Amino acid sequence: MSPELLSALTIFVLAILVGFEVISKVPATLHTPLMSGANSIHGIVLVGAMVIAVEATDPLSHLLSFVAVAFASMNVVGGYVVTDRMLQMFRKRPTAPPPDAPADGGKG
Amino acid sequence: MSTLDTVIQLIYLAAAACFVLGLHQMNSPATARNGNRLSAVGMAAAIAGTVVLIASGTYSDVNTSAWIIIAAGLVVGGGLGFYTARTVQMTAMPQLVSIFNAVGGGAAALIAIDDYIRLSGVVGASIPLEVSIPTVLDVIIGSITFTGSVIAAGKLQGLIGGQPIILPGSRILTAALAVVAVVAALFLLVGNVSLPVFGVILLAGLLFGVTMVLPIGGADMPVVISLLNSFTGTAVAMAGFVLSDPVLIIAGALVGASGAILTKLMADAMNRSVLNIMIGGFGTGDAAVGASTGGPGGAVREIGADDAAIQLAYAQHVIIVPGYGLAVAQAQHGVRELAELLEARGVDVKYAIHPVAGRMPGHMNVLLAEANVPYPQLKEMDEINPEFERADVALVVGANDVTNPAARSNTASPIYGMPILDVDKAHSIIVIKRSMRPGYAGIDNELYLNPKTGMLFADAKDGLAQLVAAVKAV
Repeated sequence: MSPELLSALTIFVLAILVGFEVISKVPATLHTPLMSGANSIHGIVLVGAMVIAVEATDPLSHLLSFVAVAFASMNVVGGYVVTDRMLQMFRKRPTAPPPDAPADGGKG
Repeated sequence: MSTLDTVIQLIYLAAAACFVLGLHQMNSPATARNGNRLSAVGMAAAIAGTVVLIASGTYSDVNTSAWIIIAAGLVVGGGLGFYTARTVQMTAMPQLVSIFNAVGGGAAALIAIDDYIRLSGVVGASIPLEVSIPTVLDVIIGSITFTGSVIAAGKLQGLIGGQPIILPGSRILTAALAVVAVVAALFLLVGNVSLPVFGVILLAGLLFGVTMVLPIGGADMPVVISLLNSFTGTAVAMAGFVLSDPVLIIAGALVGASGAILTKLMADAMNRSVLNIMIGGFGTGDAAVGASTGGPGGAVREIGADDAAIQLAYAQHVIIVPGYGLAVAQAQHGVRELAELLEARGVDVKYAIHPVAGRMPGHMNVLLAEANVPYPQLKEMDEINPEFERADVALVVGANDVTNPAARSNTASPIYGMPILDVDKAHSIIVIKRSMRPGYAGIDNELYLNPKTGMLFADAKDGLAQLVAAVKAV
């Protein structure tokens, strides 16, 4: 096993343990935003998608990497924006409904 | 390692720290929004750092077409994500999150596909295990997540029936697909290089995602999405191994693990096990929602003190409905303490006093006055009833029959015609009660079966003490 792989594995295992620890007692109210927040984080795959785009040489890999970059960007941008919109609802004292929220906001 | 490389790697490290801290801050409503923003800042830094790294020619010489692909992908994907996230109705939120999850998993799978095509294209190539293992895992998990999340979103959107769809032999098909994927994966791992076999794995993964999610009921979809979210995290970590990119490994593993915990928490909150949900065939609870004045139907929903406290702390109007149980438990001081805490947070608190609340008419007013509850907050039934419609939360403490909607609607009920407090009209209802035992009238209370109602099973005094502690912690 190369030293590089060993350190990658070390990072992997430690990050898993951190992931287990970082989510503790979460009230059910926050389950959906938290899921959505975690969802945005795996949008980091965009970094990988950009790297394969650079290394692409033939039309097929150009196409694959374009789709990968577009998918990942959608994940990142949409994920953070939608999570922020959800969390906006948890403001302590909303004075008026947020202008961009639908009139029937909330859980219908 | 060049200076630039070092700087970018440190930025990646900082980004990973932002993800961890941001995720942790999302445990509480007070800090959640900041947490999400912190995580977004980390993400922006990581992406910007990667662009700089690419521009510096670290990976390979960049040609114009690569820049065009990246820019077009960012604009198309980012624009689509931004637009849908801004315009989606709040009610349609879960399916959108599912779609974002699908594309994330899809992107991770595409990285593995692209990588494998490149590696297998070399004549006489052999792919070492440390590359083939993550590549195969990435494509399997990524493809399952992609189709599974799309199906889940379709179910939530109502495009695919929310009912569990169990085709004859679908279980066998699912199992067969799993076997095909595993056998094909092993064939590649023992040292064979074959693009068609890789394609078989991809296809089996895509179909497996469909057959896995189809039999699961619509009401369980949020748990399924959370599980698929965890899968995507794992797929991204595998993509990190394929590309030897630590930031992908860290973020992916983080989401994989935290998503797994979150999935378990969500399943626990529904009083189900994850396995029970995945086996499917249940969870059609959608149908029970909305029958607020109908007969009994649906199950009692239990709520924890933490959840109840959050509902109360972030409400604008709270109406407390004290009853006999409160008097018995001598909990009037506890209720006053809770009300004061809420008021300090800016919540408008009122008490709804039913004429027969307590042991004798007016008993409740006395008890509460004794506990120094300001008199103007005590409202008589006729005065408070129209206000329940505007109340965010009605907190019922030890009251039962005086809140039973059957008195209004069910002519067969022994208490039909009794004046009641219109608690069921509040946006959400929290009931502190020791058990499901019927009240004085010996009849079941439909209010407890209302989908808006959360039951906090505790003695009135203990329950209030828990709420006070939880509100303080919010």
